[in-house]
Amino acid sequence: MTQPGDEPIRALVDGVYRTDSRRVLATLIRLLGDFDLAEEALHDAFVAALETWAVAGVPASPRAWLVSTGRFKAIDSLRRRARFDRSVAELAEHLASVTGEPAADIEDEVADDQLRLIFTCCHPALPPDAQTALTLREVCGLTTEEIARAFLTAPPTVAQRIVRAKAKIKEARIPYQLPSLAELPARLDRVLHVLYLVFNEGYSASAGATVTRADLSAEAIRLGRLLVDLLPDPEAVGLLALMLLHESRRAARTSTTGEIVLLAEQNRSVWNRQQIAEGAALVERALATRRFGAYTLQAAIAAVHAQSPSAAGTDWDEIVGLYDILLRADPSPVVALNRASAVAMRDGPVAGLALIDAILADGRLDDYHLAHSARAELCRRLGRLDEARVAYRRALTLVKQEPERRFLEARLRETGPP
Amino acid sequence: MKYLCLIYTEEATFRQAMSTADEAAMMAEYGAFSGSIQKSGHFLAGHRLEPSAAAVTIRIRDGKTSTTDGPFAETKEALGGFYMIDARDLNEAIQVASRIPGAKVGSIEVRPIAFTTPPAGGG
Repeated sequence: MTQPGDEPIRALVDGVYRTDSRRVLATLIRLLGDFDLAEEALHDAFVAALETWAVAGVPASPRAWLVSTGRFKAIDSLRRRARFDRSVAELAEHLASVTGEPAADIEDEVADDQLRLIFTCCHPALPPDAQTALTLREVCGLTTEEIARAFLTAPPTVAQRIVRAKAKIKEARIPYQLPSLAELPARLDRVLHVLYLVFNEGYSASAGATVTRADLSAEAIRLGRLLVDLLPDPEAVGLLALMLLHESRRAARTSTTGEIVLLAEQNRSVWNRQQIAEGAALVERALATRRFGAYTLQAAIAAVHAQSPSAAGTDWDEIVGLYDILLRADPSPVVALNRASAVAMRDGPVAGLALIDAILADGRLDDYHLAHSARAELCRRLGRLDEARVAYRRALTLVKQEPERRFLEARLRETGPP
Repeated sequence: MKYLCLIYTEEATFRQAMSTADEAAMMAEYGAFSGSIQKSGHFLAGHRLEPSAAAVTIRIRDGKTSTTDGPFAETKEALGGFYMIDARDLNEAIQVASRIPGAKVGSIEVRPIAFTTPPAGGG
């Protein structure tokens, strides 16, 4: 069926698919009121684009064309299906009676539709696993198989999470709209949480053979930008800053052989200056609102690191000060652990170790490998090698990621024979 | 990605319960479904199968060929037909498969076709 002349138009349509399919989908879900119907309509609209654009040329606004074609195709397909399923007939006529909006309005609504889609995918009525999977598939356009690979899950498991989540949205009649102002903080918190989860899975995968999966981080940053553009909440700004500042260090975080390089030992000349500048400016912007929270504070800490010439040349006093504020905003043991490491840099390993021991005594971080490796590191620096070895071994029983395991094993070897 | 959608139905009850009119309606519905997935580009192949009574199962053991009547596994639901489809991912395949008329009376098994070589750009 493919003729030689089809190739340029196919490449063009593929390009539009990459840049616009998610936006078209977001709008079609609103117009058709159903995820599955909208996805089918999206598919049919792109099939039609391939046929029509080759003959009639590319329309002035491909996106508006795809939206109105998709809507028309959905009604058409429902009408044909109505022959066998009467319940569908009513829906087809209802959709046909709602007049399509003019192209100009479609453009205006597109941005809001993307937000509606993100908030719906991250709706609190859906299980957390499903929120992440649905966001990656519907908002970011990843395939079920790609999501499964990223989270080391079997594709049928991910597929069912997505099927059930869509069924839940339909049955519970979860509205396709932006949350009210009263709901917004809690709902936005959920969205930011999912975004950060996606970013971290791409930046520091929780398990598996490689340290990073860059495409997931890139998607999280893209969505972070979208949120900031459309909904400039200080914490959305803070999260985008945090992701950019982490991302700026990506090239320095692993050696050429795939081994972990700690912050103190990274080659700072390969840090991405453009991302650091953008991230630092966003931190300033979020801090200036005085309504910032934990993401902004973490970003502020990352900005201090990003702008320091070396580990020794870092203003550890400022870092500890920021952790003090962060600990008040987010009194979690993980924040306390990070603060303890900063205190060790400022006041020496003895002070840091005392704090870490107090945190470990509390028991909540007993299964967290980084708590034990942090303790091991400080013991090693103090020459308390027996204790260091015990802590490295404990960390090794808990670690799930291959490069982190190799890092810990190397450190254990360096501390000498048992 | 290519997916094989295997359509399983309860043969005995299915035939007894179905009037000629119902059967014609079912065939028309299958025709419409096949037409719609040909139009959408999902369709690669698809056929209805003769009842499992028409099946012969072959085994070669120690170089000796033996044949038996009927399908390999005796189950309540028998393979009655299949579609091979092209879909973007497993969820799209599930969406297409859920529109197969047989899903309303039997069940559809969706199986990804294994790649002999890893897909380009993977890993």
